[in-house]
Amino acid sequence: MITADTVAAEGELTGTKTRSERGSKALDNDFETVGNVRVADPRMTCTDVNVYYGDKHAIKNCSLDIAQNQVVAMIGPSGCGKSTFLRCLNRMNDTIDSCRVTGEIKLDDQDIYDKRLDVVPLRAQVGMVFQKPNPFPKSIYDNIAYGPRIHGLASNRTELDEIVESSLTKAGLWEEVKDRLDQPGTGLSGGQQQRLCIARTIAVEPEVILMDEPCSALDPIATAKVEELIDELRANYTIAIVTHSMQQAARVSQRTAYFHLGNLVEVGETTQIFTNPRHKLTEDYITGRFG
Amino acid sequence: MVDQQNTRKRTIDIVNASLKRRYARERRFKAMGLGAVILGLLFVSALFVDIFSKGYTAFVQTHIELEVYFDPAVIDPEGRRDLDEISRADFRKIARAPLAKLFPEVTGRRDRLALYSILSSGAPYQLLDMVKDDIGVIGQTRTIDLIADDDVDMLVKGHIDRDTAAADRRVNDTMIGWIDRLEQLGLVKKKFNTRFFTNGDSREPELAGIGGAAAGSFYTLLVTLALSFPIGVAAAIYLEEFAPKNRWTDLIEVNINNLAAVPSIVFGLLGLAMFINLFGLPRSAPLVGGLVLTLMTLPTLIIASRAALKSVPPSIREAALGVGASKMQTVFHHVLPLAMPGMLTGTIIGMAQALGETAPLLMIGMVAFIVDIPGGPFDPSTVLPVQVYLWADSPERAFVERTSAAIIVLLAFLIAMNTFAVIMRRRFERRW
Repeated sequence: MITADTVAAEGELTGTKTRSERGSKALDNDFETVGNVRVADPRMTCTDVNVYYGDKHAIKNCSLDIAQNQVVAMIGPSGCGKSTFLRCLNRMNDTIDSCRVTGEIKLDDQDIYDKRLDVVPLRAQVGMVFQKPNPFPKSIYDNIAYGPRIHGLASNRTELDEIVESSLTKAGLWEEVKDRLDQPGTGLSGGQQQRLCIARTIAVEPEVILMDEPCSALDPIATAKVEELIDELRANYTIAIVTHSMQQAARVSQRTAYFHLGNLVEVGETTQIFTNPRHKLTEDYITGRFG
Repeated sequence: MVDQQNTRKRTIDIVNASLKRRYARERRFKAMGLGAVILGLLFVSALFVDIFSKGYTAFVQTHIELEVYFDPAVIDPEGRRDLDEISRADFRKIARAPLAKLFPEVTGRRDRLALYSILSSGAPYQLLDMVKDDIGVIGQTRTIDLIADDDVDMLVKGHIDRDTAAADRRVNDTMIGWIDRLEQLGLVKKKFNTRFFTNGDSREPELAGIGGAAAGSFYTLLVTLALSFPIGVAAAIYLEEFAPKNRWTDLIEVNINNLAAVPSIVFGLLGLAMFINLFGLPRSAPLVGGLVLTLMTLPTLIIASRAALKSVPPSIREAALGVGASKMQTVFHHVLPLAMPGMLTGTIIGMAQALGETAPLLMIGMVAFIVDIPGGPFDPSTVLPVQVYLWADSPERAFVERTSAAIIVLLAFLIAMNTFAVIMRRRFERRW
């Protein structure tokens, strides 16, 4: 099967002139996003976000709402800034020294870039699942129990056991690992590890879950399981997902945001973006004309 | 299509043509690498063989088996059994009496003294210690192995060549005659040299041991470990995890790397000026030695610890931060346990380096001749490598084998420490 991704990658490699010209042309700094960036019931509101890595202007004036109990997918070619944008939402970019963020990102009317804001409770509220499964080199149980332990979410062992069981159940991993909770999480298969990481994230009961290409290291079966899981999680959580696979975006998300070289080009209902894109760049990308 | 096939054929021809050269280059490189390893092993084994062949004889010591009569008239003429008084008694007489009995033909004063010199000057103390242990031996006759003098020891072990001219020999012909007779009587015995491990230094090679130096090394390393490990690890964690990356931290990093390359004697001078002259800490003490060696090992330790921290994958940090761990929790719960094996390896290598360090300790007076075994880090003492240095300087033939034996002990410690480091690394290494 030739996916849009592979076509896009080939486009990058062979790169006829017209394609690369169309693909790499940067938009103006005062470019205005096509589509409605605002929603009726936002959980997070981003306004005029700019991100700089040293001198590099990685995100340019992006505004986007993340709606309650919805999955918003962020798509775009490599290096377009979608991961950077995602990492702004729980201030994961703080770990990068040269990174500077301006603009306003609000979680329930609280500016998360406020100097007085503590990132620890923020990250407990806005959890994150990473591209590569990164379980702690500890037992499966300890992987899940770590978050609740440091936040003091369980007052005794029974409560902690319950949290571990319910998190693993929600992540669809309980049946597979319930007999070997004391074994290292690193010994699981790739797909299981990623679901373990999702279970670890939901163990602290965050309100928003950020997923940075959660399936890029997984095979199609494991991907299907994770996608199913995302769909189930939507009932209780607000989810933002970065993905390279447009099929995945189409399958799991309700809204889609298309990024291009630091600009948020177009935002809209997923069905609308994939069936009737309004911006030329969006159309070129989803039809696989460049990557 | 035709064009493509032609190209492909050409490519394979070019590849085939270059293949031979490529493999030849690979073989050459392999051979050179193997040669380097073999050369290294050759030197190391030459060193080991040399040291062992010179040193192993020091682990046995010649003793003369004699029937010693603990004469009450000499030891305790007044019969009060007072240990203080007994300690002042002339045990030399007791030790010498059986020798005189064995060689009744030796009469002249000068000859008698020569005969007595078969025994070590430590032999009377051996007898005194026996009396101290059990006062009941007074008045009894016991068969005792008394320590022989180092010259006798060397002769028995064959280190003194009987064929050299008498004038060039430490042992004259009469002496050789006596010893041969003792050997015929089966009274010359070679016993395991426990004194070598328990005694402190001595001017008499047969009484000299590495006990004092080993204790000194132990206290010195204890101080070094107690200071350098926490300081080094804390500095590494701060620099790697918390410090902002700016010009100041760059400067610190450059200076740490510089310190690692500073000649160790400079640290000795610093220790002399700072710890002894300025702070007035005791001279020759393992405490000061430990402080100086701490300064010396810190850069190595910090560099190794930072490398260990750096090798922890960032994904683990992100995972911990992602569930809301604070920076401190991330470091102490996740990063540090993963970096620990590397840090411990670095520490043990640093300690091994400190154990073998001589030059800086010369500057702070740990090169003194110290007979007593230090009881703590404040007592004057010396360390193993300095002991090797001191003995290597001594003219007596018997010190040659003791120098080698001390080196063997030092090497044994170093090998043990490095093996431990490797085992630790294997044991705690985690893969993910």
